[in-house]
Amino acid sequence: MKKTMTGHKAVAEAMRQIEPDVVAVYPITPQSEIAEYYAQYVHDGLVHTELVPVESEHSAMSACVGAAAAGARVMTATASQGLALMIEVVYIAASMRLPIVMALANRALSGPINIHCDHSDAYLARDAGAVHIFAESAQEAYDWMIMAQRIAEHEKVRLPVVVNLDGFTLTHSVQVVEPLPDEEVKRFVGEFKPLYPLLDVDNPSTWGPFAMPDYYFELKRAQQAGMEEVPAVFLEVQEEYRKLSGRPYRGFFEAYKLDDAERAIVIMGSTAGTAKVVVDELRKQGEKVGLLKVWLWRPFPREEVVKALSHVDRVAVLDRALSFGNMGALYLDITSAFVHQDRRPGFVNYIYGLGGRDTTVDHIHQVFEELESARPGELRYLGLRE
Amino acid sequence: MSQLKTWRELPVGGVIPGGATPEANKTGSWRSERPIWSEEKCIQCLQCWLHCPDDSILIKEEKVTGIDYEHCKGCGVCAGVCPKDAIEMVPERGE
Repeated sequence: MKKTMTGHKAVAEAMRQIEPDVVAVYPITPQSEIAEYYAQYVHDGLVHTELVPVESEHSAMSACVGAAAAGARVMTATASQGLALMIEVVYIAASMRLPIVMALANRALSGPINIHCDHSDAYLARDAGAVHIFAESAQEAYDWMIMAQRIAEHEKVRLPVVVNLDGFTLTHSVQVVEPLPDEEVKRFVGEFKPLYPLLDVDNPSTWGPFAMPDYYFELKRAQQAGMEEVPAVFLEVQEEYRKLSGRPYRGFFEAYKLDDAERAIVIMGSTAGTAKVVVDELRKQGEKVGLLKVWLWRPFPREEVVKALSHVDRVAVLDRALSFGNMGALYLDITSAFVHQDRRPGFVNYIYGLGGRDTTVDHIHQVFEELESARPGELRYLGLRE
Repeated sequence: MSQLKTWRELPVGGVIPGGATPEANKTGSWRSERPIWSEEKCIQCLQCWLHCPDDSILIKEEKVTGIDYEHCKGCGVCAGVCPKDAIEMVPERGE
């Protein structure tokens, strides 16, 4: 049944239906309401989750690591500075191969201090070893939270999964969301089967041991192997979810009117919605434009991106965070995927929407217009006062 | 080095099933000073055994019998707490 709700509520609803054993969370704008909704569910007896109201995000992720190693299904949520504070433990969770699912309400990192959306927090966690998925809408955030649980816990993967949703744009705005019935979600996620749970006292195990030069490298390679399993698992889980929900999840990204496109935009998150409006407007005028909306950012589906974009003449990659001293991280992902291809588009990089700067349909029109004449390899700033 | 595992052979997440690994790992190789215990001076007060942070004072029937050099890191706490100077720290010479 269709309902109206904020992105917060959509994420909290997915969490309620999944009903993890432990949620350890610390409030931070624009994530706080996820924690608040969930605390209410615990208080009202709707879930039997152990809610750990920790004193910081560093403790939140530490409690998640401990609980997951103990054998619990674990979830958390954070944003911006909260992720920055917990980041060292996110790396540890990934190295310990703990399937913790985290909603990240994307918000600009300080400084200057700001509470609004960009993707600098996600970019901070890019190399932590967690899987990263980006949602365009509250519906997608709900759906990805449920699929993330299965991807994280898959026996071949066993990695944390971060579900990114744009702060305020998605977290605080009310949208139409169609949740699945509780029992369907419960059946879909199934029962969590922990590996070497610490609470299994008859079979003791040592977790998080020191690894010297003789083993650290091998353990990191094994972690990469977990990442390498993600694409196949992602598609498998997605197909099952597509059949269950009837929603069009197919592939690592949504290719929107891309098949015959001469110019295209690549983007992650809610601004994809704005870009679709512009693609539709320009298509009505007979212009061959399209959009590639990235769902799975880490691991990055390099080969599939090449297949999806190689026929396009000009591509604008829109990054909602800077990699200071270089081009945007998504731009580098995409252009490096094309480095050995003879047929490749001319790429331009746009940095947009930092600190919650609005990106409007006019801005997207500007990108498609400029793409005609822009010099490939150029770095531009969208919506900035020059 | 030959018995070291490849990355494919390691349990997921670097977990060590079974736990309790000290007996399998000799960790005293980087000691720079070695405690030498004197049975003659020792009054069996067991202060060294109580204070050793690495469980490296060997005990049999409640009496010190020597030092576990495979795990002792040479911190010298035992020599410091000994009331009879029965433990002396001497530089390791690699023999």
